Amino acid sequence: MADQPLTIFQVAGRAMSAQLVRMNTTASNLANAGSVATSADTAYRTIKPVFRTQFDKATGLATVNVESIVQAGETPNKRYDPSHPLADKDGNVWESAVDETRELVDMMETARSYQNNVEVMQTAKSLILDTLKMGR
Amino acid sequence: MPNEGLFGVHGAALEVRSQRMGVLASNIANASTPGFKAQDVDFHTALAAVENATNTGGDVSIKGALQYRVPSQPSLDGNTVELSTEQTAFAENAVAYQTTLSFLNGRIGQITRALKGE
Repeated sequence: MADQPLTIFQVAGRAMSAQLVRMNTTASNLANAGSVATSADTAYRTIKPVFRTQFDKATGLATVNVESIVQAGETPNKRYDPSHPLADKDGNVWESAVDETRELVDMMETARSYQNNVEVMQTAKSLILDTLKMGR
Repeated sequence: MPNEGLFGVHGAALEVRSQRMGVLASNIANASTPGFKAQDVDFHTALAAVENATNTGGDVSIKGALQYRVPSQPSLDGNTVELSTEQTAFAENAVAYQTTLSFLNGRIGQITRALKGE
């Protein structure tokens, strides 16, 4: 796949996959918002995908790949709660510091980007089909 | 007239429109990639390059006519894709592609009728 020249469908398709990965990380972050752990190391931290452009020299097209998924955002919050079953010997628990507002904004942007790529793909498809019907 | 072929300028125009669609699709695909610089095609240069390449049998590429977009509002992450601009350009390009197609279809119909002697 990598050595073949890119088509417009692959450009939009890979961008859709990348946005889907981003949507998955947002879902994970929101699902783990406010989750509690015994230590700061085991507490959940916000994850984010790293996007990287992939250029195709043969066609001049550029698509996007998810290079990696990294942990980002705030460090977990310490909260004193001795009655909590997960509390450590000092009576503290660590709460994941997921910024829910930011995640929701991210989710909306992801959905919009995905829709844009779907639109690109539909337009390209109908234009190519029209071209095939040329002269008929 | 530089191009006196059967289809006039429309063959080259279709090629440019098709390649420009790819360039704009790349911009839209990279709308959320930090540091990506959006590009667009200088239509006049690209059309001349493709017409020249068709006449001489060279490479029909519009790479020489690609130019970087100047963002109306620079973003912090270095990305210069502005979705409203890209979507407008993409829609305009799609309509222009279809217009070129109908010019070609009209020409084909005209010649077919002439051949049949209707």
